[in-house]
Amino acid sequence: MRPEARVDASLEITVLVSVGRHPVTGRARRADQDARAVELARGVADASVRLLHAGGKEADSEPALRGYLGMGFDALTLVEQPEGADALPALADALNEAPPQLVITGERAEQGEGSGLLPYLLAERLGWPVVSGLAAVESVENGVATLLQALPRGQRRRLKVRLPAIVTVDGAAPAPRQSAYGPARRGHLAAVPGSVTVDEAWASWETQPARKRPKRLKIVKAASARDRFKAAAAKAEGGGGQVLTDVTVEEGAEAILKLLKEEGVLR
Amino acid sequence: MSDIVRRDPRKAWIARNRLHPQHREVLAELGQSAGQGATSEWMGPAGIVRRNPHAVGFMGPNGIKRIDRSGVQQGAGGGAAAKSAAQSKPLVEIESPAFLVAVVPDMAGGRLSGHDRDLLGLARQLADADPNARGAVLAVVFGGYNREGGGELKEHGFGEAGVDRLLSLDDPRFDGFAPEARLGALLAVEEAWTPRHWLVPDSRLGGADLGRRLAARLGERPATGVWQLEPDATAELGWQCTARGAAATLDIQRPLPRITLALEECAEPVDDNRHAAEALSLPQELPSPISRIEDLGQVPVDPAGVALAEAEFILSAGNGIRDWDGYHTAAEVLGATEGASRVAVDDGFMPRDRQVGATGTWVTARVYVAVGISGAIQHLQGIQTCDKVVAINMDPGCDMIKRADLAVIGDSAEVLASLVTMVKQQREEKRDAA
Repeated sequence: MRPEARVDASLEITVLVSVGRHPVTGRARRADQDARAVELARGVADASVRLLHAGGKEADSEPALRGYLGMGFDALTLVEQPEGADALPALADALNEAPPQLVITGERAEQGEGSGLLPYLLAERLGWPVVSGLAAVESVENGVATLLQALPRGQRRRLKVRLPAIVTVDGAAPAPRQSAYGPARRGHLAAVPGSVTVDEAWASWETQPARKRPKRLKIVKAASARDRFKAAAAKAEGGGGQVLTDVTVEEGAEAILKLLKEEGVLR
Repeated sequence: MSDIVRRDPRKAWIARNRLHPQHREVLAELGQSAGQGATSEWMGPAGIVRRNPHAVGFMGPNGIKRIDRSGVQQGAGGGAAAKSAAQSKPLVEIESPAFLVAVVPDMAGGRLSGHDRDLLGLARQLADADPNARGAVLAVVFGGYNREGGGELKEHGFGEAGVDRLLSLDDPRFDGFAPEARLGALLAVEEAWTPRHWLVPDSRLGGADLGRRLAARLGERPATGVWQLEPDATAELGWQCTARGAAATLDIQRPLPRITLALEECAEPVDDNRHAAEALSLPQELPSPISRIEDLGQVPVDPAGVALAEAEFILSAGNGIRDWDGYHTAAEVLGATEGASRVAVDDGFMPRDRQVGATGTWVTARVYVAVGISGAIQHLQGIQTCDKVVAINMDPGCDMIKRADLAVIGDSAEVLASLVTMVKQQREEKRDAA
């Protein structure tokens, strides 16, 4: 079943999608975070969603882009760019031509530099606010969006952002739906020409497949043989912790409560 | 005073005669008169160092005399020695730095994280590269984090971590998620001192976001995911860096730009020296920008739904628990994620996915409360990275007590019950006041 296209949509959302790379096989695929961004956009009530991609229409990237179409879209706007071009000006122009209220994108690309800078640079260029690491869009009312931001350690924070805005999603956003094959084949990749800016700095850098990072060694800086021996033969030793023996239950509980409060874990 | 050594032949004779009844007193007197506290060594009348081998050493725990030849004085408490070692690190002061290296640490929970320390180590590398023109490391710390932890900065270890200048911005507008206000402060720093390098941790705790905002505003192209640095004379700033790209599948070699977002373990933390950590203040008042992002505060999440590996606060149960209902109630009231030791899981009191330790989950909690867990080595491995460990146990000799920062010896059920009552009571009071 595919979502119906809404005619009376009150909110226009553009999702910036990219061609991902499978971490094991290295094949082109829908980028995980971008697919999550599409899923998030699909979940917003009363919204019309448009997909935008800047890049080439090569043989291997087309199935990856069609993967997004299989999530329930008729068309994807493709701003054609040659290999090694900077996607920023092209995307900024495309967004300027038809400004949406909300732009959703993944946090960083799975190919190329993957610096995660694009949303920030776009926001700077368009003068919009940017919010990173979104888990959900709760509501959009009167040009103000209430968002749920994912924090480390499974925490969530609620934010209010004035639209238009750019938001990025990461792994905490809802998992993307499966791409349906038929709609993906039938969908239309609408190619439009865009301004081309060659990224010269990127071309000048050397790249190679990621080396495994060296594991940090435990370096013992000891002046004397005794210290070195102690460090080598160390067992779990009393780290100067406070031990409360012969206290009443209340005193013990109070000490624990004080520590929990100091650390700020009690809410 | 004249430098003629006055000798007392009688005392010297007594000092030589071990059988003399005054032998010990005279030895002590001679030792002290030589200005050394220890009686095992003193300056003899002829200007020769005399030693008393019988006064060396201390009585060991088994009643056997032990001699410590490391130079550390005899049987002194380890804690005091460790403290003085931190004090005795040479203090490095940089009066007129050639340039500044600005670091914006995350300060999660109000203290420098391991990532922050690595970053400060990297900053020191940049600052100390040229001994003739040394730079100073400037740390920009937003005070809002301190208050989230409820109180002062928990650790004033900035000097030990390698900070020369400290700019602490303590203002309510930096609290919570305030990227625009923080960016404004960083821009003021840029305007006031124009640091040669900006170093920001590439972490989800806020550094990644803030660093990219700064780069976008300053119009610099930053290096993200940097993990290695090498001197390179041909580069503009004299450094070449290796950065991770394309979802950590690519290594990019490039000249180091002004703004760097560095990964964890990008450099060794500072260990050898102490630095001054001199307080700075901004020359002009910060403008208050109109924020388009409003922080409505953290949303309470179900602690049971948080993955154990990334939970912040864990209440862990072990073999010592008899009252399981009381334990579950305590976890609910405290808002803690539940964990368990292997025994509790094997006995069927807790599900397998809650097991902490080498064979279960390696946890990273900030506060870990171990109730009735004796602390098998596999369990202690699993909680290695926890910041604060609290133990409630009956046995004062167990390994968990040794690991714990706070240990309460007593019946776990009663302590938990008392804790629950106190927390409930305080919440009631707060509600009544509000």
